[in-house]
Amino acid sequence: MITLTGVTKRFGARQVLNGVDLTVARGEVLCLIGGSGSGKSTILRCINGLERHDQGTIHVDGTRVDDAGLPAIRRRVAMVFQRFNLFPHRTVLENVIEAPVYVHGEPVAQARARAMDLLARVDMADHADSLPSALSGGQQQRVGIARALALRPEAILFDEPTSALDPERVGEVLRVMRELAQEGMTMLIVTHEIDFARGVADKVAFVDQGVIAEQGAAAEVLSHPREARTAQFLARVLHRD
Amino acid sequence: MNDFLTDAHAFLPVLLQGLAVTLELTVCALSLSLALGVVWVVMGRAKFAPWRWISQGVITVVRGIPIIVQLFFIYFVLPDWGLDLPPFAAGVIGLGLAYSVYQAENLRGGIGAVDKGLVEAGEALGMNRFTLWRRVVLPLGLRHALPSIGNTMVMLLKDTSIASTITIAELTREGQLLAISTFHNGSVYALIALLYLAASLPLSALVRVLERKGRMA
Repeated sequence: MITLTGVTKRFGARQVLNGVDLTVARGEVLCLIGGSGSGKSTILRCINGLERHDQGTIHVDGTRVDDAGLPAIRRRVAMVFQRFNLFPHRTVLENVIEAPVYVHGEPVAQARARAMDLLARVDMADHADSLPSALSGGQQQRVGIARALALRPEAILFDEPTSALDPERVGEVLRVMRELAQEGMTMLIVTHEIDFARGVADKVAFVDQGVIAEQGAAAEVLSHPREARTAQFLARVLHRD
Repeated sequence: MNDFLTDAHAFLPVLLQGLAVTLELTVCALSLSLALGVVWVVMGRAKFAPWRWISQGVITVVRGIPIIVQLFFIYFVLPDWGLDLPPFAAGVIGLGLAYSVYQAENLRGGIGAVDKGLVEAGEALGMNRFTLWRRVVLPLGLRHALPSIGNTMVMLLKDTSIASTITIAELTREGQLLAISTFHNGSVYALIALLYLAASLPLSALVRVLERKGRMA
């Protein structure tokens, strides 16, 4: 459903993406792993146009990522951010209905009812009227996921969704993501949670120096990497603590 | 002291009427200055270069001319060109325009302080430029700009006294007329000063409340 072919991206003198080829099939969960600065977040940000890629093509279900295609793509592909990026001047409920009401013109009453269902699903219905600043990081991220789901997306991009969380808050967010995966949501996840990737992902792709260095079935890549640099990276991450 | 109290008793009704006009003038000019300030900021960030030139040009010209001269221009010169404004409208337009360039500066600073991640969140949700500005950038930028807008508001309140020069019966003009007719300059101007002070203190307090309400982690 998401296809990248030969995608390059340069920030000034720094070549961040060096010809990325990647395919995410419908209903698939693909985890992107790799060191910081490897370009994995940039891959996500090129898919929904937060960054414009230089060369190559990106398609979402046949729609090309460019000025003409972006509105349609942003309607179908939602994003969850590392630092949540909830609108601080709006309540939890208002954050969730923001796009349905003010981007897609859904009637407020209907959007609210749907948002309450989504908040219940991420176990945040009790906090519907709170401001984001009153919530923990884990709670904010679950609202971030509800806000993404409110678009009725066909796929969700997760940009290091648990990296900014206190360790004891990581589990509650991963639990919600695991449920989404089980329901068949197409998910592209940049993460350092190797155990999560092993348990939930269908595929894992290792990003190094702006290219996909290795990809394949999650168990395969994580347990029996073919590339030496994948093995080195995994050894570093897994023996971190 | 007794004389002052007697004067205060005699003059306050007239001066309070003047104060009411001063406050009306402040509120109207403030609204206009903020609206125009938003216009200058949005134009200043437009992709189409001539919009940016117009914005920059207006800001440069308006900032470089004394407010009293701008008021005289609007009240005394525009009628020659067929635009005859009543004094109050001329005052609101003159002060609103003069202050819009400071508001633009306040807003620009506030907007610059808006977290880039929130703009990206809006983009990722599919917002177009207009929706992004209306729902995210302006409301958040306005909150960040509140302290400086509050300061500007107090300055504007005091500068409405300039409108006394185009016959608007606000506080300073009512006081001048009293002083000229009674020669009680000391009492009159002391009362005027106290009334401006009394009006600006609640404004400062209001700004602090707004800041607290708008504060976000």
